[in-house]
Amino acid sequence: MTAIVLGAVAYDAKVVPIWEGFKAHFESHGLAFDFVLYSNYERQVAAQLRGELDLAWNSPLAWIQTQRAAPDRARAIAMRDTDRDLTSVVLVRAGSGPGSGAVQTAADLRAVGVGAADSPQATLIPLLALADAGARVEVVHHDVLVGKHGDHVGGERDAVVALLAGMVDAACVLDANRLAFARDGLFAPGELRVLLQTAPYDHCNVTALTDTPAIARFRELLLAMSYDDPVVRPLLDMEGLTRWLPGRTSGYALLERAVDARPR
Amino acid sequence: MLDLGELGLDEGAHLLIKRALARDRTVTVTGTSPTLAIDLPAWCRTRGHALERRPDGYAITAGPDRWRGAERAGGDAPVAHPPARWGLAARGALVEAGAPELDLPLAVWADEAARLYAQAAAAQWDPATAIPWDAPASHPDEVEDAVVQIMTYLIENETAALLVPVRFLGKLHPQFREVMQLLAIQAADEARHIEVFTRRARLRRRELGLSTASGQASLATLFDEREFAVAAMLLAVLGEGSFLSLLWFVRDHAPDACTREVARLAAQDEARHVAFGLAHLAHQLAADPPLRGRLAAAIERRHAALAHTAGLNEEVFDALVVLAAGGWQPSAVRRGHAAVVALSREMDDGRRLRLGRLGFSPGDAARLSSLHTRNFM
Repeated sequence: MTAIVLGAVAYDAKVVPIWEGFKAHFESHGLAFDFVLYSNYERQVAAQLRGELDLAWNSPLAWIQTQRAAPDRARAIAMRDTDRDLTSVVLVRAGSGPGSGAVQTAADLRAVGVGAADSPQATLIPLLALADAGARVEVVHHDVLVGKHGDHVGGERDAVVALLAGMVDAACVLDANRLAFARDGLFAPGELRVLLQTAPYDHCNVTALTDTPAIARFRELLLAMSYDDPVVRPLLDMEGLTRWLPGRTSGYALLERAVDARPR
Repeated sequence: MLDLGELGLDEGAHLLIKRALARDRTVTVTGTSPTLAIDLPAWCRTRGHALERRPDGYAITAGPDRWRGAERAGGDAPVAHPPARWGLAARGALVEAGAPELDLPLAVWADEAARLYAQAAAAQWDPATAIPWDAPASHPDEVEDAVVQIMTYLIENETAALLVPVRFLGKLHPQFREVMQLLAIQAADEARHIEVFTRRARLRRRELGLSTASGQASLATLFDEREFAVAAMLLAVLGEGSFLSLLWFVRDHAPDACTREVARLAAQDEARHVAFGLAHLAHQLAADPPLRGRLAAAIERRHAALAHTAGLNEEVFDALVVLAAGGWQPSAVRRGHAAVVALSREMDDGRRLRLGRLGFSPGDAARLSSLHTRNFM
């Protein structure tokens, strides 16, 4: 039996054990499965469009790129529970509040620190929200691993560091990363405040361009993975989810707008 | 209903929520932290908890529980056959399912292990201060040479006494915590003995003494045993037991205070090692009576393996005679020789006594004791 092939982007060393674990899981359930790792989403998208991949574990931006190139064929077949309804926040220094003579509204911002240029959560979507709020800002990129679409958290962290150092007036981060950075002690409680929160949006999905029994079986096995299964649980923990959900495409409108608004 | 007050999720509020969710599957949370409306959805999303905004607050319903299927790794007393899936978990801990299996197959127990460990921990001594290294000495050069030879031999034996149990320790299941601790502190004891014997040997001499092929052959057979109980029998009950008599002999005939203390303190530790070996074997024999036959067979096997060697370690024997004689006058040598012969008898008596305590008949004990290596250990 020919193996079904999935593409994934190696944004971190843990991507290897994650997909080796999934591979073992699928094979133990009789599905011949293999994966190919890419160094960036653009190459992965191109490979899937050329028909070299049955499935692609795509960032939201890679999904839009694929969907726009193959609108009649692209399907989001599954996503993590943690891929739904994310928001990003624009952080400013707490001292820059009302009465400080500094940043009070988005319109007061001059330099804004963002993550990697291709990060939906730390760059594209928050910049759209700032533009919608009337801000005309100088964008300071913190490009860590461009091509990974912000999967690597380093760019967001660097943006916060720049904010704390006074190099920028604001920093754009994923809502959950604000909590993670606070827990790591990157900033003290009350040191930064949230100036703006974006509307909710969706993140990654497993993208298919064809519909075969093997893909249907893959999706069935994926959705059946249970956090109660001690063999599967470490894989879900590493991949950052507690259950797989059916894919939905209603949560990408904001990013579509951001992509279209992006200066070329 | 859980009121977080001003406490934010970036300040530890999640602890209160987790505590509440441990009691009730659904908890309504309120609070006045300025970022609560941002943080709660983000936190719930990453934890797999469902969140619903209601007029009276945020209703959080617990997501999947990673502790489902967790099991206790035993209790107060160790489980006889602990599974590999408990890994390194402390005995009595609640172990999450799915932890990696660790190949630590060895089960060793003795009820006395905890008491012996506590005793060992309390009896640790500092070689730098416990030994009178500067004590005056006026014995002849030949007696000093004998001390150096005896120390050289003791170091070799203590090296075996360190390495043999440690090889088992590396396979011991952590369920047997007290035994693990005891074997570790025994290894530390041996490390200290090796230090003080070496330091005593080099106190007045640049070079150490002789290491014989037969002595090494005898110790090498200890590394062949795969069963802990058998190794404990050969090393602790027979070997270290005889070693204890030897250390007392050195203590009683020491030419200076430094040598006396070195032997006395080492003997104190070795007595515990013998006690543990006996306690473990008594425990094991009660559960596995055929072990007695395997122990006897191992003694016979070792005797056969060593039959082709010179047997008695003459260099050590002679050094002990000189030590006990204290000089070269014929009358002193006669006295020293008699003392070493008496030592051999005393070692044999001790071995027979310990074998008897393990349930061997007087006849079997006498026969097996006579088969013990003439290299003492």
